[in-house]
Amino acid sequence: MRYLPKSDSERRQMLDACGVSSAEELFAHLPEAVRLQRPLALAPGISEYEIVQYFRDRAAENANGYASFLGAGVYNHYRPVLVDTVVSRGEFLTSYTPYQAEISQGTLTTIFEFQTMICQLTGMDVANASMYDGSTAVPEAAMMAARATGKGRVLVARSLHPEYREVLRTYAKNQGMPVEEFGYLPETGAIDLEDLERKMDSLTAAVIVQSPNFFGIVDQVKAAAEIAHARGALLVVIFTEAVSLGLLEPPAEADIVAGELQSFAISPSYGGPYAGIIATKEKYIRQMPGRLVGQSVDSRGNRAFCLTLATREQHIRREKATSNICTNQALIALMATVFMTIYGKEGLRELALQNLAKAHYLSGKVKPRFTGAFFNEFVARVESKSPDELNKALLKKKIIGGLPLGRFYPELADSVLLCATEMTKRSDMDLLAEVAQ
Amino acid sequence: MIEKVTPHLSQNESLIFERSSPGKKAYQLPELDVPAVDPAEALGAANVRAEIEGFPEVSEVEAIRHFTRLSTWNYAIDHGMYPLGSCTMKYNPRINELVARIEGLAWAHPYQPEALAQGAMEVMARVEAALAEITGMDAVTLQPAAGAHGELTGILLIRAFLEAKRGNPRKKILIPDSAHGTNPATAAIAGYAVENIKSSETGVLDVAALEHLVDQDVAALMVTNPNTLGVFEENIVQAAEILHRKGAMLYMDGANMNALVGIARPGDFGVDVMHLNLHKTFSTPHGGGGPGAGPVAVKKILEPFLPTPRLRRAGKKWAFDYKRKHSIGRVKAFYGNFGVLVRALAYILAHGGPGLRNATVDAVLNAVYIRKQLEPYFDLPYTQANMHEVVFSDDRQAKLGVRTGDIAKRLIDYGFHPYTVSFPMIVHGALMIEPTETEGKQEIDQFVAAMISIAKEAESDPQLVKSAPHGTRIGRVDEVTAARKPVLRWKPA
Amino acid sequence: MYPENYRYTKEHEWVLVEGGTGTVGITDHAQEELGDIVYVDLPKVGAVIEQGKSLGSVESVKAVSDVYCPVSGEVTEINSTLADKPESLNSDPHGAAWLIKLKLSDPAQVQNLMSAADYEAYIGAEK
Repeated sequence: MRYLPKSDSERRQMLDACGVSSAEELFAHLPEAVRLQRPLALAPGISEYEIVQYFRDRAAENANGYASFLGAGVYNHYRPVLVDTVVSRGEFLTSYTPYQAEISQGTLTTIFEFQTMICQLTGMDVANASMYDGSTAVPEAAMMAARATGKGRVLVARSLHPEYREVLRTYAKNQGMPVEEFGYLPETGAIDLEDLERKMDSLTAAVIVQSPNFFGIVDQVKAAAEIAHARGALLVVIFTEAVSLGLLEPPAEADIVAGELQSFAISPSYGGPYAGIIATKEKYIRQMPGRLVGQSVDSRGNRAFCLTLATREQHIRREKATSNICTNQALIALMATVFMTIYGKEGLRELALQNLAKAHYLSGKVKPRFTGAFFNEFVARVESKSPDELNKALLKKKIIGGLPLGRFYPELADSVLLCATEMTKRSDMDLLAEVAQ
Repeated sequence: MIEKVTPHLSQNESLIFERSSPGKKAYQLPELDVPAVDPAEALGAANVRAEIEGFPEVSEVEAIRHFTRLSTWNYAIDHGMYPLGSCTMKYNPRINELVARIEGLAWAHPYQPEALAQGAMEVMARVEAALAEITGMDAVTLQPAAGAHGELTGILLIRAFLEAKRGNPRKKILIPDSAHGTNPATAAIAGYAVENIKSSETGVLDVAALEHLVDQDVAALMVTNPNTLGVFEENIVQAAEILHRKGAMLYMDGANMNALVGIARPGDFGVDVMHLNLHKTFSTPHGGGGPGAGPVAVKKILEPFLPTPRLRRAGKKWAFDYKRKHSIGRVKAFYGNFGVLVRALAYILAHGGPGLRNATVDAVLNAVYIRKQLEPYFDLPYTQANMHEVVFSDDRQAKLGVRTGDIAKRLIDYGFHPYTVSFPMIVHGALMIEPTETEGKQEIDQFVAAMISIAKEAESDPQLVKSAPHGTRIGRVDEVTAARKPVLRWKPA
Repeated sequence: MYPENYRYTKEHEWVLVEGGTGTVGITDHAQEELGDIVYVDLPKVGAVIEQGKSLGSVESVKAVSDVYCPVSGEVTEINSTLADKPESLNSDPHGAAWLIKLKLSDPAQVQNLMSAADYEAYIGAEK
């Protein structure tokens, strides 16, 4: 087999050196009762060509050549060619976690750059080397707030991505952490500050809001911060559309910013792998989960980078660790780093402006349901058809319509969530508008 | 004579921010086909940011050179062996990268209509079936994003099951002192107290102690098999029996599955729930620290509690089942790290059933061979048969003032990545070595020769070893200052 | 090496009792085992800590050690110099790098702790 670099004669030599006559003897010490007495019921190995063919066939059974108006936490953005060029280098792709700093400066340096760029983007003081994704970053941020404040309760906006809220509940339930939701205003789509104020108390560790929220609305971060801070809670701000930070004022009032970087050259890939981040103020550094890369010097006085503050992590702290996380998303974070480098200061802004323009062109043709300001997504209620009817009609034109919201918000069952990015063509928006009449 | 360019060792690449200068661009967006919109008008002036201060500004050429130069500072599997114990640093087949990027798979949106995602769902179903067959378990969830995430999922499943069955999730999880740090960290996050169980004198599970320790408060034992010494837990069946008799469950950390695939199946020796590390056993690339995937495999009794949604067959098609009232809920948005699953499936298809078993045999052969070659030079505290990895201690060299960390650093000078240092904790000054099946005889013999040479250097010239590495661009990094005065981002001067 | 007027615990803490006040620190043996100390986590002034319970922790690059309170009491002072200079725990663990001062709730507890001679014997045996 082409991945196994031993010839039969080499195996023979090694078996002799081990003092056994056959490979089976290497397993002779295993109790008979545990031995698998038959071959695995899996087909024999196939050639490269056949493997490619298998996956091409599967890919053909998915959507191909459709225009899409789906957003809802996963966004269609162009992936600059250089991203795959860089991450395909064997030195990045096939390297290990950079525990041995002397031979991992490539990875460590790029992570340090990543941490810096996330700070610049979010306005926070420190960022970690990535979380699994945006959805798991939410409970991690909540637990962080609980550690920092010594309090145990969490208030979360209903306009936070529904699946993110589900993940939060799964974690919170087992931490004995009560989670309560506060609503949004039916007219603007922004958070209901009065509802938040009503539900707020001094036992709350964190108030969690998303901006732009699940409906695409730029939300009331400053006002939420005031309510949270007045009662000694931290404000956690989540983002799912990273491109929005190219144009939107970062949430400076937040104590913790967490979110998803999939928009930065990470393929949608049917749900993963993605990369989440957590960024925070200086004073909460030691409460942060996940890997951190720090700057130092080596024995010869050169600038060098290394993993640091590892005593927060599982391999040292064990049951008292800030999290159980071990793997981060290094290669995915590298994709985002290359993306941020390529677009840069001007480019990310221009990209965001294009997204704004596209979505606002569409909203001129398909009326938004909410009056709040939005970035590249908005909720629309189509008078003439139900969301399912609309999407069925659109599929005939090879268009995947927006997400019908009924599955997550029963009160919005007559509406869809439409997203337009720099990749959305005017002609497709015109076509969608036509079908939606 | 042609003068060659000096090797990268002498390159000094600065940070991207230090290379930036205003006005440089590496991108070009197409012209807008719709009217531009004034952001202040659309968003409200207060919501529009000024520039992103400090963000890079470089050209495409500078970008590619920057990352290329940085990459040459890394060691990688493509260069040579990583003898890291319990990490299973095997070859990352390039075909995996190709298939994961096929457009219909790479651009699939998790919310696209199920009728237009059948290919992706078929891939997931195929992976579930293959992993169930390999582990001897009944059902698999692909949702967890990594090993530790899978561990958490598994413990939450146990909690939900015990709660449903007897109204009592119990209070404690037993964890061997040889366990990986994620195990106790996971138990704590799942809301359980951790109780350590000491390994026996021979480094394996002490079933007499287990019989004594498992009481009404114990929900489960978390075990790694083979354990972190690379030794098969010969009493695993007995351990499972003890736990089950007392109403507790057996969780297996699948980090060491590379010793078992095709040879023995956890489902057959009493495991109720386990996780797999696709980025270890199934060759998906580590990429400098992730991504991974941590599928969880369970016995039938735990199936109703698996995360939502689950794949089910609806006539001739695949569908997601969201109506699962006993489910523990979601542990992650969407369905799992699909891109990683594609790579793992490509690996499984390439090897096939017989091939997977052969890989296991080669992995164990390599580790046993290394043990035999190095036994005369390094102290071996636990002497039973080892499988895919072997753990020495630095006792012999420590008498001369040379510790495992020093030997590891000196190994770098011989062109290898270090083995796992100082773990597991039950071995003093541990050297944990796992070659995987990827290494041929030449590479292994070179590794053995290097280790023997270092053992000799520890006697003849200990200072050489203690001050290693010598041949790298960067010497030992001052981790103490990095922790005392953390500098975690670049700032302009 | 180990001051005569201090008392010692098996977990390698020391306490100096003066009237109703106790000054607490970690021993030279402890700092040596830990290696270069990078961070110290101390309780807040006013915290009430029982004998044997954790009062905080001391970190090196690769390890964390809980510090257990030798005697019960209320924290009256913490050593704020340790935030900037954790390394002083390595150089002067018995003096300038004390951790906390307590108002003792049960001064008699000191009698159960080890004398300097006993402690030296204890760590000698450990080795």
